[in-house]
Amino acid sequence: MSGRGTAIALRIAQAIPVVIGVVVISFVLTRALPGDPAAQFAGIAATPESIEEVRRALGLDKPLLQQFFIYCAQLLQGDLGQSISTGRPVVSELAARLPASLELTLTALFVSCAISIPLGILAATRPGSWVDQLCRLLVTAGVSLPTFFTGIVLVYVFYYLLGIAPSPLGRLDFVYLEPPHVTGFFLIDSVIARDWETFGGTVKQLVLPATTMALFTLAPIARMTRAAMLSALSADFIRTARASGLSRRKVLYGYAFRNALLPVVTTLGMVFSFALGANVLVEKVFAWPGIGSYAVEALVVSDYAAVQGFVLAMALLFVFLNLVIDLAYSVIDPRFGTSAK
Amino acid sequence: MKMTEITTPAAPAPAPPAPKGSGTLKHIGYVLRENPVTGLSFLMFAGLLISAAIGPWIVPYDPLATNAAAVLQPPSATHWFGTDNLGRDVFSRVIVATRLDLIISVAAVTLSFIFGSVIGALAGYRGGWFDIIASRCLDTIMAFPLFVLAMGIVAALGNSVANIIYATAIINIPFYARLVRAEVNIRREAGFTLAAKLAGNSDARVLAFHIFPNALPPMMVQVSLNLGWAILNAAGLSFIGLGVRPPTPEWGIMVAEGANYIVSGEWWMALFPGLWLMLAVFTFNLMGDGLRDIVDPRRRT
Repeated sequence: MSGRGTAIALRIAQAIPVVIGVVVISFVLTRALPGDPAAQFAGIAATPESIEEVRRALGLDKPLLQQFFIYCAQLLQGDLGQSISTGRPVVSELAARLPASLELTLTALFVSCAISIPLGILAATRPGSWVDQLCRLLVTAGVSLPTFFTGIVLVYVFYYLLGIAPSPLGRLDFVYLEPPHVTGFFLIDSVIARDWETFGGTVKQLVLPATTMALFTLAPIARMTRAAMLSALSADFIRTARASGLSRRKVLYGYAFRNALLPVVTTLGMVFSFALGANVLVEKVFAWPGIGSYAVEALVVSDYAAVQGFVLAMALLFVFLNLVIDLAYSVIDPRFGTSAK
Repeated sequence: MKMTEITTPAAPAPAPPAPKGSGTLKHIGYVLRENPVTGLSFLMFAGLLISAAIGPWIVPYDPLATNAAAVLQPPSATHWFGTDNLGRDVFSRVIVATRLDLIISVAAVTLSFIFGSVIGALAGYRGGWFDIIASRCLDTIMAFPLFVLAMGIVAALGNSVANIIYATAIINIPFYARLVRAEVNIRREAGFTLAAKLAGNSDARVLAFHIFPNALPPMMVQVSLNLGWAILNAAGLSFIGLGVRPPTPEWGIMVAEGANYIVSGEWWMALFPGLWLMLAVFTFNLMGDGLRDIVDPRRRT
């Protein structure tokens, strides 16, 4: 048991240099603004004096290394600078909008796992059947579909043609009241408030964007599940298990799937990377008030502090998700910690 | 077409382990026959290249010419893909856009191929501190959600097409570098490497002419799969308003312009550029899968 504990502690420790690297890169990105960063932050209507003032205020007249430490100190205090367009601190804007993005992304990932993993298992257990062909089609189509285009097609079909989806504008139609803020996740908050109408309204708004993202993330998971199940099923221990007369269910789920799960969980890391990127595009299509559309709005008005804050926030979120995935390994894989140093 | 491919190889034996030179051709013929989709993807790729090369001269209308008399017209015989909100012909714009989209993705993939190969080969061959530092840097790039990092880079470097290319190249470098590093690393102590060194070749020469060519086949597969992804990435960036400026025809920005009209039912403005984009990505993905079958039958999934 202690071996496992050490391994988990080691894995958490490994995240630290990655976080440092992420911070260094975002520092470089904030300082690599085109032209003079001070002029950028001062805005369009700046005089030479006000630019000089901004330069001093931002500490841009100091040596680069010192600037980096000031940047780190500000980060530790949760200061990502001020947004030019709204005048509010970037951190509070991001924090206010993060639940919307997380609700969308996590729902989509949940849906896509719920579909693609059984699909991959079925395809692997019946190679060449129609399920396998369907899996192959979905996998090839899924990686070729531009997320923003799928979203637009879904809006056209389900909103304009069929009229069964609500208008693609935000998290909740204006006829509903926002549920009292507890977690920021409308699905959870409306359940806590026992407001089933709002819950229904939230689900209705969520279906199309979540489907768009799920379609995009289906392909890699289904592909990896199928491949991993195929290789697990052809392994010697499965032959032994079958020869020992274990039930089909036990062989399939107790032995093959449990082993196939490891590469699938590893792929999830890559899928998260794509999903967080696709999130930006989906949020723009559906006018979803998350951090992705915040960053897009900020890009349009050259609000660089907001964009860089968004990039850093996304990277930290991704590092955190990867850490969670690796820790999930320790639960799934009983070998974890025994072979690791 | 298939007949010539079957008859050209000199070796008559139909068994798979045929003699070397003719075996490759035979194998390609075999893969194409087994999987005609691969052949189709090569044809589609040729079509894309042709429309990129001569597109501006064969399209029926000037892609930038506005026509206030023919605004938002649905697809018809005169305007195959309809017209947009300024009366521009969507078909002409879609075809002309092929060149820009291909240039962006090819340039980005070329850059990441070159830099990825150099970094990966040096890291794999020399090992030591260079390997550690390079691997750490690549890990840090991979620690970002890649599309988000590309957004950040374009925002930092400035909003231009060239910077879209650089950003797409940077986020792709780790894939190439890791692949080359692994391929070089396993051959560092191989017999032919030692023989080449004993024969008096310099390290650089051994690395460039003896070890690196072995990494090329998996690299070509990666390039093909990557091209599709690079196009998607670039189109995504221009969809959110980065890089390409409005009057320029480009698939991503055309879908973005069309998105504003989709809720009022003008579907053709967004559909056709989106379909073309999909087709291009689909072509590259199919080609990548086909190349993988040709290069390495074991990795088929």
